[in-house]
This record gives sequence, C-alpha cells and structure tokens, in this order.
Amino acid sequence: MSRIGVFTCWCGENIARTVDVDEVAKRVAELPGVRCSLNYKYMCADPGQALVREKIASEKLDGVVVASCSPHMHLKTFRKAAQTAGLNPYLVEMANIREQCSWVHHDRAQATAKAFEIIRLAVEKVRNDAALQPIRVPVTRRALVIGGGVAGIQAALDIADAGHEVVMVEREPSIGGKMAGLSETFPTLDCSQCILTPRMVEVGQHPRIKLYSYSEVEKVEGFVGNFKITIRQKARYVDVSKCTGCGECWNVCPLKRNSSEFDYGMGMRPAIYIPFPQAVPARPVIDKSQCAKLIRNGCGLCEKKCKAEAINFKDEDRLVEEAVGAVVVATGYKLYSIAKSQPKTTLAGYGEYGYGKYKDVIDSLQFERLVSASGPTGGVLKRPSDGAIPKSVVFISCVGSRDNAKGLPYCSKICCMYTAKHTMLYKHKVHDGQAHVFYMDIRAGGKGYDEFVRRAIEQDGARYYRGRVSKITQEHGKLIVRGADTLAGIPVTIEADMVVLAAAMRPADGIEELAQKLNIGYDEFGFLMESHPKLRPVETNTAGIFIAGACHSPKDIPEAVAQASAAASKVQVMLAADELTREPEIAAINEQTCAACFTCIRTCPYHAIDRAELRTPRGAFIKNTARVNPGLCMGCGTCVSVCPSKSADLQGFTDQQVYAMVESLA
Amino acid sequence: MENQALGQVPSEHLPVHFPSPIQVANCYQCGKCTAGCPVAMHMDVAPNQVVRLAQLGEWEKALRSRAIWECVGCQTCSTRCPKEVDCAGVMDALREASLARGMAAPERFSVVAFQKIFLENIRRNGRLNELELIGHFKLDVVLHTGRIPFLFKDAGLAPQLGKRKKLHLIPGKARDRGVVNRIFERCASERKP
Amino acid sequence: MNIGYYPGCALHGSSNDYEQSLRACLGALDVQLDEMKDWICCGATAAHSLNHKLSLALPARNLAVAERDGFKQLFAPCPLCSMQLLKAKKAAGDERVRKELSEIVEADLRGESEVLNLIQMFEKIGVARLKSAVKAPPKSITAACYYGCLLTRPPDVVHFDDFEQPTSMETIVAALGAKTVEWNYKTECCGAGMTMSNEDIVLELAHKILSNAAEHGANCLVVACPMCHVNLDMKQAAVERRFGKKLGMVVYYLSDLVGLALGLSAEQLSINRHFVTQA
Repeated sequence: MSRIGVFTCWCGENIARTVDVDEVAKRVAELPGVRCSLNYKYMCADPGQALVREKIASEKLDGVVVASCSPHMHLKTFRKAAQTAGLNPYLVEMANIREQCSWVHHDRAQATAKAFEIIRLAVEKVRNDAALQPIRVPVTRRALVIGGGVAGIQAALDIADAGHEVVMVEREPSIGGKMAGLSETFPTLDCSQCILTPRMVEVGQHPRIKLYSYSEVEKVEGFVGNFKITIRQKARYVDVSKCTGCGECWNVCPLKRNSSEFDYGMGMRPAIYIPFPQAVPARPVIDKSQCAKLIRNGCGLCEKKCKAEAINFKDEDRLVEEAVGAVVVATGYKLYSIAKSQPKTTLAGYGEYGYGKYKDVIDSLQFERLVSASGPTGGVLKRPSDGAIPKSVVFISCVGSRDNAKGLPYCSKICCMYTAKHTMLYKHKVHDGQAHVFYMDIRAGGKGYDEFVRRAIEQDGARYYRGRVSKITQEHGKLIVRGADTLAGIPVTIEADMVVLAAAMRPADGIEELAQKLNIGYDEFGFLMESHPKLRPVETNTAGIFIAGACHSPKDIPEAVAQASAAASKVQVMLAADELTREPEIAAINEQTCAACFTCIRTCPYHAIDRAELRTPRGAFIKNTARVNPGLCMGCGTCVSVCPSKSADLQGFTDQQVYAMVESLA
Repeated sequence: MENQALGQVPSEHLPVHFPSPIQVANCYQCGKCTAGCPVAMHMDVAPNQVVRLAQLGEWEKALRSRAIWECVGCQTCSTRCPKEVDCAGVMDALREASLARGMAAPERFSVVAFQKIFLENIRRNGRLNELELIGHFKLDVVLHTGRIPFLFKDAGLAPQLGKRKKLHLIPGKARDRGVVNRIFERCASERKP
Repeated sequence: MNIGYYPGCALHGSSNDYEQSLRACLGALDVQLDEMKDWICCGATAAHSLNHKLSLALPARNLAVAERDGFKQLFAPCPLCSMQLLKAKKAAGDERVRKELSEIVEADLRGESEVLNLIQMFEKIGVARLKSAVKAPPKSITAACYYGCLLTRPPDVVHFDDFEQPTSMETIVAALGAKTVEWNYKTECCGAGMTMSNEDIVLELAHKILSNAAEHGANCLVVACPMCHVNLDMKQAAVERRFGKKLGMVVYYLSDLVGLALGLSAEQLSINRHFVTQA
C-alpha cells in the first residue's frame, strides 16, 4: 500500500493543547507510503468526515489512518465514512493520540514525539491491512428462554409480542418461579399471585410461545443465530395433550402427605399433584419417588379415575430438539440453607442457629407461604411445630449474606425490604404480636423503599435492633435468640415463638452445569457474568446468549423484570434481520500448514474451532486440520498464541502486522 | 505493629502481636461478638465497642476499660465472627498493653492481680503452686483494697479440699527452673521504654 | 498401649481426682500414661491474657521437650493445656516463628507430635473396644455432655468436632449404655480461670449451665476439663447459695463414667472426692 492518508485530529483543545498537531502532520507526511497528511479541529464532525471522504476520492487512497481518540469512540464512524467513499472499511485504522497520549502527558515536545510514534505504528498496520468482508450468518428467528419465573415470563412475552417464536423451558411442573409463592410484594403490598398469574396464563396461551414445563436443557450446540437446543422432557406420567386438569387424580391419590416443594416443606401434597391451583400448565405430574404404582405396582387409583385416560405409568424422559437464534437465561435463585451438610457446596451452615433442627426457625420463603392466602394454612400464620399462632417473631437479616465466615461476602439486596414487609404482614395478621428484627444496615434504596421500612417501624411497631444474632437455642418451647444491639452496646435476648431467617440469595441449583453447556461465564458464587457491568449488562461473553433476573445477581421483582425486558429487546434486535453481520476480525487457520495437533481446539474458550479434513476435489483424504467456525469465534487470539506451527492468525491483526509495527519503532 | 491505617495511634501502646490494622478494619460492627459473649452484660464497653475503639484509635478508652478484664477468653466471639476478626485476640493484646502502660482498670484489680501472680508463680516454680498462688493473691487483694474479710472468703473450702486430698502442701516443681526463668526473660513485653 | 502424658498443673494440684480417674480408667483399658519428665506450666489464661509471646513459648517448650523425648503422641487431659499445645504446634507451621520459638525455649520445636484431648484418647482406643469392655452399663445416668470453651475453640487451632453442635462426647457416653440429653449450654463458657478473681461471673455462668442441664432432663453433667469441674462441682454449693435453689447436679469427668461402666468403683475413680456426690 502506498497511498495512505493520515488525518490528525485536534479534538478541540484535547489533543492540540499538548500535541503540536502541525508538527505531527508535517513529520507524518514524510513517512514512506503516506500520500497526504492533514490535521483538523474536529475530525469526527461532518466537515472532518467530509475531508476524509474527499481525500479518499481525490488522492485515490488505499489506506486511512485517523489519529484521534480511542477506536472504541470513533472507529465505526470513520470506517463508515471510508465505505461511503468507496474504500474497504477494514483499511481504516485509528491511532489513539488522545487517551494514550495527550490526556496523560504534560510535556508538549515529548507528547508530540510520542504522538508521531503512535501514528507511525498505525501507518505500518494499515500498510499491511487486508480488505476484509463482514461475516454474514443466517439467523433462526426464534428464541429460547430458560426459566419460567417472572424474569423468564417477561422476556418470553416481550419477544413473542414482538412477533418472534419463543421456546420456554421450565424445570418445575409449572412456570411462575419464586414469585408465584410470594404472599404480597413490597413496597405496595399488592398480591403477588394477582399480578403474576395473568402473565403466566398469557404465556400458556400465547400462540408464539412453546412451553416445555418439567423439562431441562440437555445440550446446546451451534452458535449465535443458529443454536440447536436439546431439551429433556422429564417423564410426567401424565399425557398433557389428553389431560383436562380436572383434578380427579390428585383428589383420589391416597398418598397425600408428601412435603410440598412449592410450599418449601410447610405444606403437603399428593403423589400426583399440581404445585398450586393456578399452575401453568394446569396439568399434574406424578412424583415417581412417592407413587405406589411406580414403586411397587400398587394403587393405580388415579389411572382408574381419569376419564381422559391421560395417566401413563410407562412414560419416559423424552429428548426433543429446537432450533433458536438467541437464548435468554433466567434461571433465578434459591436461598442459602443453614443445614450442616449440603450437596455440592462448601458452605458449612449455621451451627449456632441449630443447623435447621428447630422446626420454628424457618427461612423467608417458608414464611411467605405461611402468610400467603394460597398457602398451606390459608393465610393464617401458624408456626410449623405445633400450629400455634406466634406472638413474638424474630426476623434475622443477613443470614449467609455479608458473612465471610460462611462463604458469602455479598449483600443479597432484597432482604431488608422483604423483612420490613414480613413484619407488616405479621402485624396485620397477629395484632397483639411483636415483630423483632436484627439487622446490620437497612439497605432500602428504591422508589418508596425507605418510606416503606420506616412505616414498618413507625406505624406497625416492628422493633429493630442493630446487631447480629449469635445463637439460637430452645427452652420450654420458646426459641431463645441471643443477639445484640450495637447502638446501645448491649446484648439482647428475646424469647421468640418463631424465627425467620432472611437467608442469602444464591443462584439456582445446576447453574454451573448450565453455564458450561452454554459456554457463558459465572462468578465464584455461581452468578452468571454479564459482558460489561455498565454498558452490556444483559449480554454474556458468548454472542446470542443473554441473561435476566436473579441468575445474574440478587434482584427484586422490578429489577428482574426490567432486565428481562432489556434482554428481550436485545434479542429482538438480533432477530430483526435475516442475517447477522459480524466483524471479520476473527481467527483463520492456514489449513495447508496446520499440523493437526489441535492445541487450539483445547484452548479455545469459545469452542469455536473444529476438526476438519482436507480432501481433493475428488474427495480423497489429504490431511486433518483445525478449522475456525466464524459464527463462534470472538477473535480473542488465544489460538494464535498457542499454535506451534504458526498456522493460526487473526484477521485484521495478523502477526505480520504486529511485527511490522514493532519493527517500525526500532 | 504500626497502625498506619488509623493514623493517630501511638504505636507504643500496641503490643507487637496486635491484630493487624486490616483485621481490625474488617470489623463491620455487626455485634455478633457482643451477642454471644457470656459476660457482655457486665462490661462497661461491649466487645464490639472495644473493637470499635481500636478502629478509631481511641486507645486510652480501650486500655482503661473494665471490659478487657471481664473477658473470660472463651473464644466465642472469634469463632463466630462473620468477618473472621480475632476479637478475643484483640482483648488479649489490649490487656497486655493496658498492663504495660499501667492503665488497667482499678475496679478489676483482682483479675489483674490474679493473672500477674499466676505468672510470677509459674516463673518461680515452673509449675503452678496453688497454695502459694491463693496466699499471694489474697494478700495482694487485701493490701490493695483493705478488705480484710477477703482473706477468709472461701476459707471454709480449705478443710473441704483437705478432706478430699486436694490440697498439696508440698507440690512438685519443675526440674529445670532456670530455663523457665530464661523463657520469661526472653518473652518480656517488647514495648518501648 | 503407652502414651505420652502431659498432666498440667491442675491435675497435679487440686484436680488430682481427675488424674486418679484417668489413670484408673485408662489402666483398665491397658493404656499406660508415660508422664513426660520436664513439663512446665502451659501458661494458661494468665499468659495469653498478659503476654502473647509467653503464651506461645511455654507450651512450645513442652511440645519441644516431648518431641525431644520421643513422644509421638501427647495426651493432655486439660483442654486449656491441649489448646495451648496445639497453638504452639500451629505456630510452628511458620518456619520463622518455629525458629524463634525454638531459640526462646532452648529446644528444637518441630510441631509434629499429635496432641490428644480426653475424648480423642477414647476415640483412639476405639468406641467399639469401649463398648465391648463395658461391664456395668450406667443405665441410671442421663448425662448432659458439657464441652466448655476450649475443647472445640478456637476451631482453627484445635480442629476438633463441630464447634457449634459437638457430639463426640455423646457418642462415647452412649457407647457405655448411658443416656444423653440435647441441651443448650454444651459450649457455653463456665468462667474458667475467673474462679478466684471474679467469682460473680463464675457463679452466674455456672448457674446457667447447671440449670439448663437440669431443665433438659439431665441428672448429671459430664465434663472433660478440670476447670469446668471446679466451677460446676466445687462452686456448686456457692451457686446454690447465691441463687437460692438446690441443684444437686453430680459432675462426672468423662473418665469417671467410662470407669464406672468398666466396673471400677467410685473410690478407685475418686468420684467420692468430688464435692457433689449425689443429687
């Protein structure tokens, strides 16, 4: 390339104050291959861009360097300008003489010298640039939503309402998630089910939403725009297409005393059951670990009773495949367990709170069920041990949260609010009862939030103690709660009838396995990683996969819903076109020289490299080789650095370019 | 250790093993130490406040507090601390510093005296001589407080102990008491004069 | 089985009933206690209250001498002593500290010997072996097992049992054929070394422990610590006077109960020398 144009920007005073732009332009003009060198006050403004376009045409430029700000800022701007002037946009490079020079230096002479060197590197790079074409990948215009809680529901409805098909996979027999089990929601105290169940019904009836309940994602293949998802439909033993949801089966089932998952063990359900009356789909499932027919070929009453002949004891897990272009992960959360030994976790539990051996020490979700009108006690607050109405209830914040010794240093964010809500719900149900709250800080940032907490204290008489609880024991049927009030500097002992633990929010079970299948990142606690904490909060580092809700971090309902809508809108942008274009700066492998050692395949963090065979046009085998899947490659360059035969290279950032840049400095 | 994070701390107040500034800064004042402390209700300053005084560099208040002498060293606070602050270690270090500076709370004279006499006793004998310990301790308390009856408090226990062969008039001593003395010398509190 | 033995001051002083109980009980199980000759005081509460370095050096001296004398295992029946020894052992994990301590104590501290408390001693003998050796199961006994502070704390030093809800002592007591109760003060402090110097606190704490055990249906307490025994047994009459109620709670050493189950007499085990001998 020998007709390079260099355009040095003043950026108003930003660059020109520290860098002598005239001097720079003059020296750059003398570099070999540079056809013209200009400077201008605002290169990104219309006249600046016009200058670039005009010179490309008049000087027949075959390469452009814009010396200005960071490429993050304006690379796209200048590439577009070049393209309109007929130059391949990938022949435009930027030399960052603002963030990397003028902003960080004071000495004008030295800054000017450095700016020149930076530009010289860019000139070398552009000299070795190849004209690239954007990668086009076809898009399957359907989306997968994993998880049918409030976030998943919101995302699915948004995408489906925009006209795209949605496949929703929910692990439990019904969608609704945690929110379906809540009593009332803060800070408005509106009924959780009243606002959620209509949305659940919408999902169930939406012509563009295909719901797989009681199902899990088994396998994920493919890449952005072209995922192939294998879904495991767990054996339900009920033919959903025949079942009418009449309820004869669960009414007749004699095995009614099984702990209810939906009630977090606070209530009972039969062996064939729907989790709750408003379930979507309103179709039962048989728990095979409890059903007498499935365990020892007994009973079978439900089958006899079912007029629709929907019971199928021979049912088996089924695998189905779905093709989608984008994925929204909304798998939600679970609560920290204070039990001593817990599967697959190093968390040790709370021995000082009895490891869960006291029946009347429950967690906040269990409390929600006990005060819910749809709960096992019909909304009458009865404590689990003996059904008595508790006259004194202690609520403990930060159980597991902000507790380094128990393994979780983070704040679960929503507990302050729901604990205040709990004290109110309690007071509204038990007028002569006293709610006590042990807290460390009250974190109530949000619209109407702090006012809500103050209301709990000032109007509903909740007694707040600023301190943690050290120990819970049991004496004469009372729970002895030993806490402290650090404001008074005294220990506080309360004899309680019930204790409610605001246990930490943790990601749902199986999140790591799912993240590995999807090839997305997660942090040490299992929360999924966003691509950028500020600017790409719902994207993951794998193109086409988005996150929403509490699988990302502890969130309340409004936040989960907002994030779900954000993820849905990202999906809609993706699905709006038939094809995706991706930047072509990805890896390429020289298949002739590839030694087929496949080190790259093992090191590629995006599983973007496959084994392939080179064959003659007639089909005769020549050799094995690695091959990059352009849909998956993120252009990170790991393969380039590990390839022993130097067969991998990064387009637009080739070894040759890098060496040329380095040598230009020598 | 120089408590640089806290700036105004007079370093000679702090024994070398004082939990590091980082440890002390780790405390977020949740009060779980106070909540679980078996003797917190008797303290003038609750355990979490003792740590707070250390965070603030209010050494005078901390070293003169009664609380550090009420602490029974049961380790419950350190064991349960969510931030893994060695609160019991803070108490130990403050006691050592308080004693070295002559700041021990006079109301807790008996606790201080007992610990000191205990150490003097093992320094002399290598092993504890209980009778000598009790005698010294009582005398010390009486001389200091003028409470003569203290001499005879628990005296009723003596014949009972004797009856149960629990009083050893000629107890064993360690063979090599020289080494014990040298260990004590080498461990003398390392504060600046 | 021969095992290194570090009695500590209390067992050679007013808690000699504990030592007699240990020797009788362990003797009946063919365990001979080989007392290390040159032991000195571990420094106890006084050292760690007043002089941190000394509180490491004194047990370091003991551990180093035990190691010099070839004891691979050292049985320290007083939890305060064994905790102190373990603290020295832990400190020896840092080579710089190990060297410094070795110089101070004039002996090479290696920190390799195993330190055993009484419960671990019985675990070493084996619960099955204990079970088969039982001749007279103490069936009338419903025990509240009391661990106190230092058997399980600090956990990163002693690494023994569950420090909030320990059960090791119950396992041994149950193996003898006695009953145990679930209660709340298993690991609460009894006031330990404050017996002489801050009696008010000791009486209050002992009162809580004794009454809680009784409220949960125990007819005796089992301890594995001489300090706990002093505060709960010797001081029990004072507790009764202070709080105006009769407690009558017999306080056994764990070795007493094992000894009784093995068929030894109360005299052989020195139980008759306790202050509270019957309810």
